[in-house]
Amino acid sequence: MSGCIRFILNEQEIETGDFGPTDTLLDYLRLNRRLTGTKEGCAEGDCGACTVLVGRLVGGRLVYEGVNACIRFLGSLNATHIVTVEHLAAKDGALHPVQKAMVDCHGSQCGFCTPGFVMSLYGLWLANPKPSREEIERALQGNLCRCTGYEAIIKAAEQASLSRPSASDPVYGGHEKVAARLEALAASETVVVEKDGERAILPGSVAELCRVLAEEAKSTIVAGSTDTGLWVTKQMRKLDPVVFINHLPELQQLEVRDDGIRIGAGVTYAAAFDTLSREIPAFGALIARIGGQQVRNMGTIGGNIANGSPIGDTPPALIALGAILTLRSAAGTRTMPLESYFIAYGKQDRNPGEFVESLFIPHPPKDSHYAVYKISKRRDEDISAACGGFFLELEAGSVKTVRIAFGGMAGTPKRASAVEAALMGQPWTEATVKAAQPAFDADYQPLTDWRATAEYRQLTVKNLLYRFFLETTGQKQELQRYPDAAE
Amino acid sequence: MDKTTFSPAATIKGPMHSSLRHDSAHKHVTGAAEYIDDIPEPAGLLHGALGLSDRAHAELISVDLSEVAAQPGVICVLTAKDVPSVNDISSGGWHDEPLMAETKVEFHGQVIFAVIAETRDIARRAARKAKIEYRDLPHWSDIDGALAANAPCVIEPMVLHRGAPETEMDKAPRRLQGTFRVGGQEHFYLESHIALAIPGEDDEVSIWCSTQHPSEVQHIVGHVMGIPSNAITVNVRRMGGGFGGKETQGNQFAALATIAAKKLNRAVKFRPDRDEDMTATGKRHDFRVDYDLGFDDEGRIHAVEATFAARCGFSADLSGPVTDRALFHADSSYFYPHVRFASKPLKTHTVSNTAFRGFGGPQGLIAGERFIEDIAYAVGKDPLEIRKLNFYGQPGSGRTLTPYHQEVADNIIARVVAELEESTDYQARRKAIIAYNKTSPVLRKGIALTPVKFGISFTMTAFNQAGALVHVYNDGSIHLNHGGTEMGQGLYTKVAQVVADAFKVDIDRVKITATTTGKVPNTSATAASSGTDLNGMAAWDACRQIKARLVTFVAETWKVAETEVEFLPNRIRIGAEEVPFNEVIRKAYFARIQLSAAGFYKTPKIHWDRKAGRGHPFYYFAYGASCSEVTIDTLTGEYLVDRTDILHDVGRSLNPDIDKGQIEGAFVQGMGWLTTEELWWDGKGRLRTHAPSTYKIPLASDRPKVFNVRLAEWSENAEPTIGRSKAVGEPPFMLGISVFEALSMAVASVADYRICPRLDAPATPERVLMAVERLKAL
Repeated sequence: MSGCIRFILNEQEIETGDFGPTDTLLDYLRLNRRLTGTKEGCAEGDCGACTVLVGRLVGGRLVYEGVNACIRFLGSLNATHIVTVEHLAAKDGALHPVQKAMVDCHGSQCGFCTPGFVMSLYGLWLANPKPSREEIERALQGNLCRCTGYEAIIKAAEQASLSRPSASDPVYGGHEKVAARLEALAASETVVVEKDGERAILPGSVAELCRVLAEEAKSTIVAGSTDTGLWVTKQMRKLDPVVFINHLPELQQLEVRDDGIRIGAGVTYAAAFDTLSREIPAFGALIARIGGQQVRNMGTIGGNIANGSPIGDTPPALIALGAILTLRSAAGTRTMPLESYFIAYGKQDRNPGEFVESLFIPHPPKDSHYAVYKISKRRDEDISAACGGFFLELEAGSVKTVRIAFGGMAGTPKRASAVEAALMGQPWTEATVKAAQPAFDADYQPLTDWRATAEYRQLTVKNLLYRFFLETTGQKQELQRYPDAAE
Repeated sequence: MDKTTFSPAATIKGPMHSSLRHDSAHKHVTGAAEYIDDIPEPAGLLHGALGLSDRAHAELISVDLSEVAAQPGVICVLTAKDVPSVNDISSGGWHDEPLMAETKVEFHGQVIFAVIAETRDIARRAARKAKIEYRDLPHWSDIDGALAANAPCVIEPMVLHRGAPETEMDKAPRRLQGTFRVGGQEHFYLESHIALAIPGEDDEVSIWCSTQHPSEVQHIVGHVMGIPSNAITVNVRRMGGGFGGKETQGNQFAALATIAAKKLNRAVKFRPDRDEDMTATGKRHDFRVDYDLGFDDEGRIHAVEATFAARCGFSADLSGPVTDRALFHADSSYFYPHVRFASKPLKTHTVSNTAFRGFGGPQGLIAGERFIEDIAYAVGKDPLEIRKLNFYGQPGSGRTLTPYHQEVADNIIARVVAELEESTDYQARRKAIIAYNKTSPVLRKGIALTPVKFGISFTMTAFNQAGALVHVYNDGSIHLNHGGTEMGQGLYTKVAQVVADAFKVDIDRVKITATTTGKVPNTSATAASSGTDLNGMAAWDACRQIKARLVTFVAETWKVAETEVEFLPNRIRIGAEEVPFNEVIRKAYFARIQLSAAGFYKTPKIHWDRKAGRGHPFYYFAYGASCSEVTIDTLTGEYLVDRTDILHDVGRSLNPDIDKGQIEGAFVQGMGWLTTEELWWDGKGRLRTHAPSTYKIPLASDRPKVFNVRLAEWSENAEPTIGRSKAVGEPPFMLGISVFEALSMAVASVADYRICPRLDAPATPERVLMAVERLKAL
């Protein structure tokens, strides 16, 4: 057992055991290392002013991803390469092409968000040689700028893409060396770091994770910390011990099998995006609207389920797909339909010592229909007022199978069983749909809050059933920012 | 100097009217630009955190802070009793805004105490350990609540009156009445408030504060501490955004930091968390406008009467001038033959609302656009037609007098609108949209072209003054300082261009230095879009003085007439000879010529009598127009902005690229105000949208998919402003109104454009859908 984590910060290899389990990367950079280029704008992973790149080995390949340092716990960074804005310019002060483009295009005004934008653009620039406007916008969903109106920043991204990484690039240049160093830093044994009596635990394997959770009843499991991070920065909760799982390769398996797709609990939204976009395009499109890129790089579908939030985006979409959840503990595994996991507000079917291990989505049958609709005040990087999935199979023009589930409409992600009952066996016609709409009133009694009134939620959900009908009957009319771009 | 190394240049780098990059751009992108939280911390620095009220309106029965003080690492706890002199931070001197509450709290989030601790984390955690007993009092947090409770005004209302609306309204062929509500707005500067105070000897203190108004911080700290202004130095190199949110709101943090710093004789920093910043500092005022319109069948306005009720919060702050400015701009670009406007600056149990880009102007202006819209639907015409029909006329037309009795003498709105209408192919696109809507069951489109006319100057005449300090060192380098603050708008760059241009030297020679009360005293807030107008002129004046001395010196020394001396790029022509600038400066130094000057400027022509509602409050007007096209989804109320075209007047631009950046940014911010940015208080008077997770400003993907921005390059300020330029900070904010009006048209399509949708702002997807439903039901 080791009492330290090791990582590379820009050029420097660091070994430290002097941190608390919920110390954030942002505070570490600013307070301990005086790397003040990385800014705190919101401390909740929404504004992106704190964006840094984290390089990690994924299946032996070194991948750099933008993350929100404000809600990223230092303990989750073992065997990674952290790259901050200070690392980008050349030793002689020459700007990196991304930085130069931002200067040339007047991409900064007050400049406070700028380091975060530079890092997000840098992440995009490394990953995508010729991004479309849509891809640039998606890469910047997690960065707020209040001065420029963004046009100049988009142009900077386009200008930057005219030059490509060279051997002197701070990240690209040393790729192989860094990969080798990270490999050497990765721990196969369990790491426990203790400070002031509080512990960060990094189990060396899933078996170790089972053991730790069995022994530590008060554990908080942290994967992407896109939710737990806010427990600390906003609610100032003490979490002890924190058990990190984001480093465990066993939980990061994403497999497309004959019967369906298996998603390990540690698979991030970003890692799942390509596969799910291909296999279930509507679900992929939903992922592109969850958080910003930084949140998608950290957050996991497993975590979105495990935390039991009634406004998580993926559970209703997955429930409509008939997804199956697997929980694991030292005693073994058990499976359940995903919808059974959510018992009541704040209450899930997860026993002490158990953790979400994986999720299984059966392949939708060939002629079935599936759609996901997310309603939010702002289209991107917003929490849903309502988010729902619709799944439909027809037989001879009548409803054979229907599953409708919504988040934001009740204390848990919830099936619209009355509506489903009203539709079952009926001919799939506008009349049937109109007749079924009022049944939503039996299924849901939503609340009024700052995201929407109860009336709006209820009305919209009814309208979305109608939209689904239009979509399944070739009358789709939907807002599309880039109708020409492939989904 | 060795003359062989001197090669005369035809031009200088960075003169006025050139597109120079922001002076800090290089530092922004490398992370090297220093904001206050980035300054190396002084030894022994302590950190403060706020203890906030969790009631909207209540008496304080008991405040038990023993547990707060007992937390390990807590150094002290401050309450109102610790205020050395006056417990008041009212910027207008109204004595209605305690630094820390004493016997009662008047909004949820009001400061009751402050904790000073070894670390920020300790201070924040300790602040939550207070035990406070309240006795709740009745509260109202919105305008309707205030009206129902017969709430007092926070300041004397203002009335603008011209002609005889009382009688002419009745005579008008047609009449209509309506109510329009427009929401407030959170500034969401990316850098939250912050103040760092370092105690000095005797009564001295140095303060670094993210503020648009260092002189006011100095004044308020002096007031709270009972020390003269000469003991206090306030510094700010740059802010991470301001937008008006740092005009008065920084005072409290600077005052608290100073009290603690002087009490403990240690440096103290206050940096509120984003949620605290949004909870405890003021926002844009929301308004309810009740209006009565008299017009004819053509759509020509005869008479307008309107009341502008605003949510001001618990104290006056800047609510007087903000609500005044709403009235000044409720004419938008239109001539009202008979008019009466009255403000109602209502007291509410919410945080005191404050300055925000446009300063009430946008709320007034959009009300003026609603008048037009309502009339247009009533007479069955395109709102643009009604706009053009009611535009102010040219001098001599008898249609130039504003409701505040100032002539609009520099009117170019008709030309701006005509050019934009032409370049956007507005008429054909509107036709195509109407045709599209006929065949599209779910998605509907809208288009709108809206004008902007914005009055430039502080309505408080005394604020229209500025100072600058220019030193030319004997190596020929120039040190520039002025009273304006840099919050991203490029002010420092523009004023440096002025100085470079004045001396005809490359801008690299001009060092831009942090704003500090120690160099230029008695400054005004960098606000009202006036930064460049005022400080540019003050810097020009300082340069003029130094140049005059140089000319006299050179003429005497070289024995030529003063008319024989000319500033050329990086050199001076003296008779037939050309001498490098550096060499002249060096000679001047040895001849004991004063190479430093304090410049000064005050805006001419302006005056204002608030009681009479008459005067000449604005030096000139800035104009612009925008045309936006949107698509809405009538099943969910969601929408996209498909295209926006802007033509905007900045006079003769000092820096076209920086001005374009201001216009784009202001437009998107204005669009955010009217679309997704919604402030939401719950029944207990708690603001529940206090972080970016709940308060949604526009993202890159929200900006118009096609976005064309042009300057009206032919425009020149009719007044002799610096380089004949015009102010640019606020006017383009109101270009966002075209998005709102386009949404309205898309909504109107569901009832075949027969009914004015009377959409309220912000037009969230919910409001759009509900407006669609309302129209469908009619």
